[in-house]
Amino acid sequence: MSYLPYIVAAWICLVGIAGIATSRNLIHLAVCLTVAQSSSYVLLLSVGFVKHGRAPIFLGTKLGTPAVDPVVQALTLTDVVVSVAVIGLILALALDAHRLSGTVDPDHIADVSG
Amino acid sequence: MSRRVRMLVLGPGLLGLGALFAWAIAGLPAFGHYRGPYGYVLNRLVVPLRHTTNVVMGTNFDVRGVDTMGEEFILYAAVVGVTLLLRDESNARHVERHTRRLRNETVRLAGVAMVGGGLLVGLWLMAFGYITPGGGFQGGVVAAGAVLLLYLAGSHRDYSPFRDAHVLDPLEGVGAGGYVVVGLAALASGSAFLTNLFGRGTTGTLLSGGSIVILNWAAAIAVTCAMLLLFAEFLETYVEPLETEEAGA
Repeated sequence: MSYLPYIVAAWICLVGIAGIATSRNLIHLAVCLTVAQSSSYVLLLSVGFVKHGRAPIFLGTKLGTPAVDPVVQALTLTDVVVSVAVIGLILALALDAHRLSGTVDPDHIADVSG
Repeated sequence: MSRRVRMLVLGPGLLGLGALFAWAIAGLPAFGHYRGPYGYVLNRLVVPLRHTTNVVMGTNFDVRGVDTMGEEFILYAAVVGVTLLLRDESNARHVERHTRRLRNETVRLAGVAMVGGGLLVGLWLMAFGYITPGGGFQGGVVAAGAVLLLYLAGSHRDYSPFRDAHVLDPLEGVGAGGYVVVGLAALASGSAFLTNLFGRGTTGTLLSGGSIVILNWAAAIAVTCAMLLLFAEFLETYVEPLETEEAGA
């Protein structure tokens, strides 16, 4: 009986959110968001884990051999792709914010627009 | 919101969220005690149904094939967004910056060697994605990353063919559109969207999985081009000015 992987996932998520909230740099903020999002990879993969299970790839392996859940692995792939897409957009927005306000500190950008 | 207020909100917020997480985790089956049923069902069904030995890819391109199409278009939308935000700017911006070139020949040589190695690994991941671990998405990212090494280890000029939007834009369209065309072809033939029309092939060979082969390559092309387009937009925005400046000097 172990819950450690789930606790790790929760911890990664909380640390990421704390990083986002305390960030003084938009690039750093984007990285923190990636950290928070990567907690979902840990959670998904650990939810689908089967004790003594192999990877769900049956080349040279008999069907019916215990294997981990392929659905959560496929979802993790989607998750990573979405994460890449989001990080690309955020970095582009950060470049734009820097061009308009001359700073990448979220607090100062708020001052400029306010 | 001022920084102080934000910190005051953050503390209780994190504690509350942590408590919710603890509550949720307490209700989960212990690690390794997966209850199913979908994982068990798919691990039994995908190989006989599609002859693809990589069940994860079989799941991606068959069981949740429509989802994967959406996933491809998320990436596509992100590229469009980045392009809209940055491409316009690249013409307006002419800031003088200093560039640092890699002077160490050994590092450059090793870097260029890694480009070839990375491309091979990427192509292998794409081609055998539905047989062994890998797939179009993973291979595409590895291949695009390998090409980017050409920029880091070589020079800007070496990299320029790989950031030509006139080549990348249509290829990106072919990749993303190809996926939809395979789906629509099934519709036109009277079956459901994305139904396999190409047989199943021999399990464990490159000719297995039927339409999954095409979908996999469409995804590979779309992802490679999407990554290269993202790199190109960022590089054009911030690197082009200093390169022209250096060429002039």
